[in-house]
Amino acid sequence: MNEPFKSFRAGVQAEIPLLIGVFPFGLIYGALALNAGLSLPAAQMMSSIVFAGSAQFITAQLVHDAVPGFVIVLTIAVVNLRHMLYSASLAPYLAALPTRWKVLLSYLLTDEAYAPTIIHYEKNGITPSAHWFLLGAGAALWLDWQISTALGIFLGAAIPEEWSLDFALPLTFIAMVVPVLKNRAAIAAALSAGLVALLAFALPYKLGLILAALVGILVGTILEGKESPKEIS
Amino acid sequence: MNIWLVMLLGGLITFGMRFSLIYLFGRFQVPETLRKALHYVPPAVLSAIIFPELFLTDGAWNLALDNARLLAGLAAIVVAWFSKNTLITIIAGMVALFLLQWFL
Repeated sequence: MNEPFKSFRAGVQAEIPLLIGVFPFGLIYGALALNAGLSLPAAQMMSSIVFAGSAQFITAQLVHDAVPGFVIVLTIAVVNLRHMLYSASLAPYLAALPTRWKVLLSYLLTDEAYAPTIIHYEKNGITPSAHWFLLGAGAALWLDWQISTALGIFLGAAIPEEWSLDFALPLTFIAMVVPVLKNRAAIAAALSAGLVALLAFALPYKLGLILAALVGILVGTILEGKESPKEIS
Repeated sequence: MNIWLVMLLGGLITFGMRFSLIYLFGRFQVPETLRKALHYVPPAVLSAIIFPELFLTDGAWNLALDNARLLAGLAAIVVAWFSKNTLITIIAGMVALFLLQWFL
């Protein structure tokens, strides 16, 4: 068996536990995106055009709230900034590849593809077929996300409107945010952002959302600098 | 702005972030402050969305005891804290909302 294929298969295998975890998220996204007012093709295509879970949930919520497009785009940019860190961290292992490979692997570089890949790379170092591992992990996740989105859209269409399903989106965000409130800086970031979002809610173009996010990020970053390292878990 | 244009721009920006340092390897490094700040993006952005959903009704403050979404949201926060499970949190919050809408 040749090396690229082995590496690809190892990537797929390392991704399997994450596929199981991601699948319900795709279901929920598909079901809620329709409910939030996205058309069926838009809801499905967002999973391949944007291909980033939390940004897609947030976009669905903001479409539901009739937030202007440029504010949605700005929010997607802030939410997905973290991908620069993944890009920086994988760059040395992919440096020798031709640009078309870099483009393909960048498109597939989600949180869930990054996690098993960096672990694999740090263990094995730079190898000639290393990029096939990321391709395997990324492609497996891509397929998982497309299928779970489609199934979610199918199921969501069957849920009656009286169920107040739009409330499931803020609930999803609550489920995402509570586990990251591990220290004072994170809690302060959340509370200050929430408070500013309420106070600035009447700002034009719903810019209060962006302002609130920036204030929260600033508060968290400043507080982290002040805390002693012991307090940060 | 059209939803397709929003998705296209959002997708291009997301791709750009993912591609940026793989492409610019060795020519640019992520500053330490930005690295730190990125930890606070999820709590800040998500809370900025959650708070108005719970505390405002049609854009006005609603701290009344019959604000079912606020109470159900608080219940979901407690459930999320103890369960650390997305699906359980969503189900608990939806059940709480149904019950509260029924009783209030």
